[in-house]
Amino acid sequence: MSQMPASNAVQTIDVSLGPQHPSTHGVFRMNVTLDGETVTRLQPVFGYLHRNHEKIAETNSWLAAMPYTDRLDYICPLTNNWAYALAVEKLAGLEVAERAEFLRVITAELTRLQNHTAFLGFILGDMGAWGTALMYAFREREKILDLFESLTGARMMCNYMRFGGCRCDTPPGWIEAASALVDRFPAFLDEMEALLTGNEILLARLQGVAPLTAERAIQGGMSGPVLRASGVDYDIRKVDAYGIYSRFQFRVPRGEVGDCYDRFMLRLLEARESVSILKQALATIPDGPVVHPKAKQRGLRPPAGEAYGRIEGPKGELGFYLISTGTDRPYRYRVRPPSLINLTLLEELCLGTKIADVMVILGSIDIVLGEVDR
Amino acid sequence: MNDLAEAIRQAIPGAEVERIENPGPSGQHSLLLGLPTARAVAEFLRDNQGWDFCSNVSGVDWPARKVKETVVRKELVDGVEKEIQEPVEREVPGYLEAVYHLYSIPKKSGPLVVRMRTANRTEAVSVPSLTPVWKSAEFQEREAFDLFGIRFDGHPDLRRILMWDEFEDFPMRKDYVAPDDCEYEPTPHDAVLALVKARQEVA
Amino acid sequence: MLDESLKSDLQKRGIFVTSLDEVYNWGRKNSLWPLQFGLACCAIEMIAAAAARFDMARFGAEVFRPSPRQADLMIIAGTVTKKMAPLVVRLFNQMPEPKYVIAMGACAISGGPFKEGYNVLKGIDRYIPVDVAIPGCPPRPEALLEGLIKLQEKIAGQRLLGPERARHADAGDAAEYPVPEYGAHDLEPAFNPDVFHPEPSRRTDA
Repeated sequence: MSQMPASNAVQTIDVSLGPQHPSTHGVFRMNVTLDGETVTRLQPVFGYLHRNHEKIAETNSWLAAMPYTDRLDYICPLTNNWAYALAVEKLAGLEVAERAEFLRVITAELTRLQNHTAFLGFILGDMGAWGTALMYAFREREKILDLFESLTGARMMCNYMRFGGCRCDTPPGWIEAASALVDRFPAFLDEMEALLTGNEILLARLQGVAPLTAERAIQGGMSGPVLRASGVDYDIRKVDAYGIYSRFQFRVPRGEVGDCYDRFMLRLLEARESVSILKQALATIPDGPVVHPKAKQRGLRPPAGEAYGRIEGPKGELGFYLISTGTDRPYRYRVRPPSLINLTLLEELCLGTKIADVMVILGSIDIVLGEVDR
Repeated sequence: MNDLAEAIRQAIPGAEVERIENPGPSGQHSLLLGLPTARAVAEFLRDNQGWDFCSNVSGVDWPARKVKETVVRKELVDGVEKEIQEPVEREVPGYLEAVYHLYSIPKKSGPLVVRMRTANRTEAVSVPSLTPVWKSAEFQEREAFDLFGIRFDGHPDLRRILMWDEFEDFPMRKDYVAPDDCEYEPTPHDAVLALVKARQEVA
Repeated sequence: MLDESLKSDLQKRGIFVTSLDEVYNWGRKNSLWPLQFGLACCAIEMIAAAAARFDMARFGAEVFRPSPRQADLMIIAGTVTKKMAPLVVRLFNQMPEPKYVIAMGACAISGGPFKEGYNVLKGIDRYIPVDVAIPGCPPRPEALLEGLIKLQEKIAGQRLLGPERARHADAGDAAEYPVPEYGAHDLEPAFNPDVFHPEPSRRTDA
């Protein structure tokens, strides 16, 4: 019998996952303590992309903060723009032009489509599919980005919304092109579902991983697809009915168990609902100006006061808390980042799982570091 | 909101709750909570009144500022009592503020805005942490500590979150001076305009 | 360099003449392996450049390596914050020579739109040498491909021998750069004077 070591205690390993890591959606770091392959402790570390958006917004005018909102959740710039425009319109009591409301809904739902498409590509890359699904996803995403480019002038970083409306009207033929894309999109979703949802590797890696109960999700401040996957019927488009969402018929899918598979499938179902909203909006968009005649852009001085405005972004509840003291620049400009708050329960979800599951759980929460760190 | 304040005062004896008016058009008024009973009030709001979703926690910095007010006082002028308006300047001491936006998922209502203020900006910068009541406040209170310097008593893990641990300043405060490390200063806009105008006048 | 007419003459007879430099550089420039390292929004355009429509694979740079030990190109795509800067320098140090840096986007070149930020490093060229800078916010994938082509041209013009030889052919030159530390208010040092040569200030008001 060989000599037994003096201490038989199990040694744990401390691993730093990130910030340079193929699957961490940006510069995100997790200090993980492992017992073999099981996670016993997980501490998220961020701030590696803290770009001082809130401080910069305090030194520039209200309109000048709009291009910076593009760079928050950089996969969904148009919904960020809308959230900020909504908050300023609440703060200043501005009204929005009718055609602009339709354009906002159309661009927001197109953004949701391309975000959920990119999510498909990223989570499959996290699981080890090494970019195959990413190629399919980005092929479709490029078609939507072409629409954005012809409408706003930029593929990403559109800077399209203004207070009381949008920056410019659609070029001729844009509505027809968008309708054609929306008609073809369900075929792409069918293709991805046929390839993915019955796939046994996907089922083995996603089903039963990190279930999240509804009570815990609400306590932890989860919002967006993660909250709805845990069974909570809460979609800000229905609850707040901001913009003109109350005019469109759409369902809010809900999950049962709240595991990674529910979060994954919920986004596919949400994409189908977005297609339905888009069809309705594109069919009924009226003519008219795209900015409300009474709204002021450059010299805007909202009256003193504060406002909190929020929208249902593709990643969750994106809110802006603005305090004005009557001057031409914000006194306090706070972004309520859904990605940061969805990470509150990350440690709880990952405890007891294997290290390979950590990446899948992080991927299913769908964060983007521009929003976490601002 | 006055009903809510009354309900809080009845449920928690000694609770300090004050309604703060929001002058702008958004109509989102807030409740200012006194620090000793803030945690109890928060639990009452969550368990009894259904505000189960803490959506947003922000820090705000209010430096000391001078406020001009008009004070009306009565004085005898030529035997007749008259009201004289006198402008008075007083200094409002600075404080740091933590603002919470709460929503109710079952009732689908909100936001309920709740505030807590510190005594001053220098040494009395503690407020009770509401993380034990709503876990979603955990990272956001850490961020308010990191960027403003508000200490949250009772927070399970209060340390810097966005800046590195060795950093010593509180960058979002109004009196923070960033290190001067730009190697190229962009031309001030007026200087460019002046040059262009001068050239146009000559031409 | 060889006489071009002689070269084409020999080529017509089926004899291919080249120099060691040309062949060596041709192999290197057409198989650059980037480090899989995206910081911010420009990373999404980098992924789009590697995706099906813009296809960086035709230039040989398809294989993104997660480990710096296996990569020879570092595309700094996105804002480098002061918290991230020591890690970027450490990653660059871990890459073996020959290694190249493309600063993609306005943030990596000079801090970009976030230049006023207290946590933003005003350009990664403060600590590591940059070979190609691609302006844009974000630069289009075609711009990234043009930057890659410019880097390939630069590599094609590098020498192995002689006084102007490339950095990696010089045994004495250290390929490692000092890693900055986190200070109380800023990074220490604020920049690396061997690497960072800014234009002198033209400020008239002092």
